[in-house]
Amino acid sequence: MITSSGPRGVHWFLKGVRGIVSLPAIILMSAFVGFCGFAVEAGIPLGQTVFMTGMIWALPAKVLLVGSILAGASLPAAFITVSLSSIRLMPMVAALIPEIRTEKTPTWLLLLLSHFIAITAYVFTMERIRDVPREHRVAFFAGFGITVTTANIILVAVIYSTVANLPSMLAGALFFLTPVYFLTSIWASTRERAGHIAMIFGLALGPVFHQVAPEFDILYAGVVGGTLAFLADRLWKSGAGS
Amino acid sequence: MIGYATFDAWWWPYVFIAIAGWLATDIWRWLGVLVGNRLKQDSAALTWVRAVATALLAAVIAKLILYPTGELKNVPMALRLIAVSIGFAAFLLGGKRIWIGIATALSVLIGGQLLFG
Repeated sequence: MITSSGPRGVHWFLKGVRGIVSLPAIILMSAFVGFCGFAVEAGIPLGQTVFMTGMIWALPAKVLLVGSILAGASLPAAFITVSLSSIRLMPMVAALIPEIRTEKTPTWLLLLLSHFIAITAYVFTMERIRDVPREHRVAFFAGFGITVTTANIILVAVIYSTVANLPSMLAGALFFLTPVYFLTSIWASTRERAGHIAMIFGLALGPVFHQVAPEFDILYAGVVGGTLAFLADRLWKSGAGS
Repeated sequence: MIGYATFDAWWWPYVFIAIAGWLATDIWRWLGVLVGNRLKQDSAALTWVRAVATALLAAVIAKLILYPTGELKNVPMALRLIAVSIGFAAFLLGGKRIWIGIATALSVLIGGQLLFG
């Protein structure tokens, strides 16, 4: 099923599978414990919570969907809320695809595998993909993405009935783990200066746009911050090069 | 307007989740694949797309810390900011090792609550 067929392809697929015992995967699972607690509190039944985990996969989108359900939002309103928060997936996927595909990778396979892209899979893949031979990168990503998604579906199903008893200080720490992990791992995996500048701009602009346009804050901060970082990097380069 | 609780059928919430959740997220992933398929490695366009993706993630990080959901809301904002700052400094000083940053930030967050809570 994966383009890099043969024993080497299987080998790299299994290497991706092994990513389930990596720091990013473990942190994501902790975050899913936190989400599961939120869903239980909101009164979402077990079956629907599991369904959401597999079908949406991106954690912020799920939190927003549960929030919309709690608020009694209509279907179009919930759709728009989740859509707006998920636009960020587009540049992430667009940045990841050129890293993993080869000339021969069929588009339908990438469309299928793109479902497994969310922040953790993006960070994990960007951090490690340089060490994977190009023809096996799709297999490596598929191994990781499919395994981590499946593991979290099972995790949510298993802990659903016990998660409400979590001590509050521990639950708070679980919600804190995700941003600290993203901050350090994205910084560590960013190789170009433009990326570091973009990170600083994004951190600063996120809260600013939250005051101005809370519905679109992430989107504005990303487009404005990313573009400014790109231009600043260009200026810097041309200044240093001349 | 049609909402989550409009129909009593067992399957309706699943349809609601599929439309407002699955479709609303995967549309953007599919568009990302179509755009990413046209981007050349090492092109300026890819650098820009990557910068936008990174800035988006950074904004998500800032929001998760400043406007948290769940139990983290009960931790004072000042403590959250101090914990993430000290954690990030430890990460940089510790040779960019992620686990050092995380362990430090969590210790400060929990230690601070035990001391002042």
